[in-house]
Amino acid sequence: MRPTYRIAVVGSGPSGMYALEHLVKNKHVAIDADLFERLPAPWGLVRYGVAPDHPEKKLISNRLYSNIISRANVRYFGNVEIGRDISNTELASWYDGVIYASGANSDNALEIPGEELTGSWSAREFVAWYNGHPDYSHLKFDLSCPRAVIVGNGNVALDVARILTLPIEELRKTDIADHALDALESSRIQEVVILGRRGYKNGAFNNPELEELLHLDNIQVQVEDPEFLTDDESELQKLSWEARRKVETLRQLHKKKAGAVTKRIIFKFLSSPTALLGEDRLQHVQVKHNVPAHVPNGKQRVASDQFTSIDAGILFRATGYRGTPLPELPFDSKKAVIENVHGRVTDNGVVINGIYCTGWIKRGARGVIGTNKQCAGETVACLIDDLRLTNTSRALSPELVLSKIKERKPDFVTLADWLTIDRAEKERGASQKRPRSKLCTTGDMLRIARANSTELG
Amino acid sequence: MAYVIAAPCVADYSCLEVCPVDCISPGPESQDFSDTEQLYINPELCINCAACVEACPVMAIYEDDNLPNKWKHYKDVNRMYFIQRTGVLRS
Repeated sequence: MRPTYRIAVVGSGPSGMYALEHLVKNKHVAIDADLFERLPAPWGLVRYGVAPDHPEKKLISNRLYSNIISRANVRYFGNVEIGRDISNTELASWYDGVIYASGANSDNALEIPGEELTGSWSAREFVAWYNGHPDYSHLKFDLSCPRAVIVGNGNVALDVARILTLPIEELRKTDIADHALDALESSRIQEVVILGRRGYKNGAFNNPELEELLHLDNIQVQVEDPEFLTDDESELQKLSWEARRKVETLRQLHKKKAGAVTKRIIFKFLSSPTALLGEDRLQHVQVKHNVPAHVPNGKQRVASDQFTSIDAGILFRATGYRGTPLPELPFDSKKAVIENVHGRVTDNGVVINGIYCTGWIKRGARGVIGTNKQCAGETVACLIDDLRLTNTSRALSPELVLSKIKERKPDFVTLADWLTIDRAEKERGASQKRPRSKLCTTGDMLRIARANSTELG
Repeated sequence: MAYVIAAPCVADYSCLEVCPVDCISPGPESQDFSDTEQLYINPELCINCAACVEACPVMAIYEDDNLPNKWKHYKDVNRMYFIQRTGVLRS
């Protein structure tokens, strides 16, 4: 009889959940899986990255991920950090295979003078803060200045711009962290400038995120690019269909008459920051203007010697997330991923048996949520091919693994604990007509979970 | 009439996996998948079975006459995706 293989998945964001989905739905081998998450709460960037005013995207945790995590052959170990509470080497010795789906927990630097000034942040930190991530909930963002600058114009930049400009009544309907709601209520930011190094025909945002700005009545949008009003239609015909749609939307946004205008978002294209200036905190952003060079792919740009200075008290760099090395695992620092071939982890090109990776730590921080489903499909197919070459499981029994985890991390979070936390957050939110009010520290989450398990005796 | 994938789509292709007539693109095998913003339903091939509606984990799929106002244009967006790629709806 074929054995039941035991697999560990590290990380419960989209990439980990899709790896788990492919594992439990595979038709070739029998699998038991343990899911490890460093935080008490699962879902990674679905919970701590997706903007609070995008509730429909968060439905995926209820409609898909919850069903997978609740399967009889899956166990959840939250509040357990692999690489700290349990070493990667030891974890590998417990299972037939380990899949790392640990994501990217750093970001690309601008590498310009003044980047370390007070008031200069990564968008990633701000996003984690407003979503109530326990590691970022203590941060204090000074929103007392009239203007914020965002570097980069991808979807994260637009999320940050919306959160900074949405009416507080709108935010109050969401699951945004309570501390963020308080801070944004007294925010004095009136204008958000989004810097993009390329021209208006090459915005990094996606169409749905850009179109959303059309529906925000109180926000005026301005597009700054010398070619925006002068380009003729033949220029646009050279673009892809998706890029043409973005240009159409930018035109509509630029023409849009805002109602009672309270705030402004300015897309400043062909602009790169060259220095952040200020006495002891950020006061000005020095910006260099780029000149597009007209070459066939339309993507080239050259720097000019024209500079301007933008007064701003806060800046967010939204120029991409970046993976960081995991202890004991080979890392490709150029790509900022675990070294791998199609998801099989390699050390200088040589496959390390039983170790796999998926998601952003496998391919870099790119793509939408579902991109990780395909990515995890490739990794899990490799793992299953490898398992099929063996006839026995070398894994420890589920009971032995459980006793070891209890020993290493007595306050680990079970699925039942998470469901208690989840219910408590929804109850807290219901009285305020919000989908949930998040518990934003590990301590608060553990207290709620423990209080419930004590009641049950 | 046809079903339409609107803005919330996250390219989780559960819809495509249940579609009996294979009218949803780009699939995970396609070269276009890794860079796509979302998936689209070919209105000429859709048979209105609604299997995709329930499968979608973010409830992004609507009947074309029933799209919320802010996403009304996705009826054209879905159609245009196929026209711009192949010049025709049936490929």
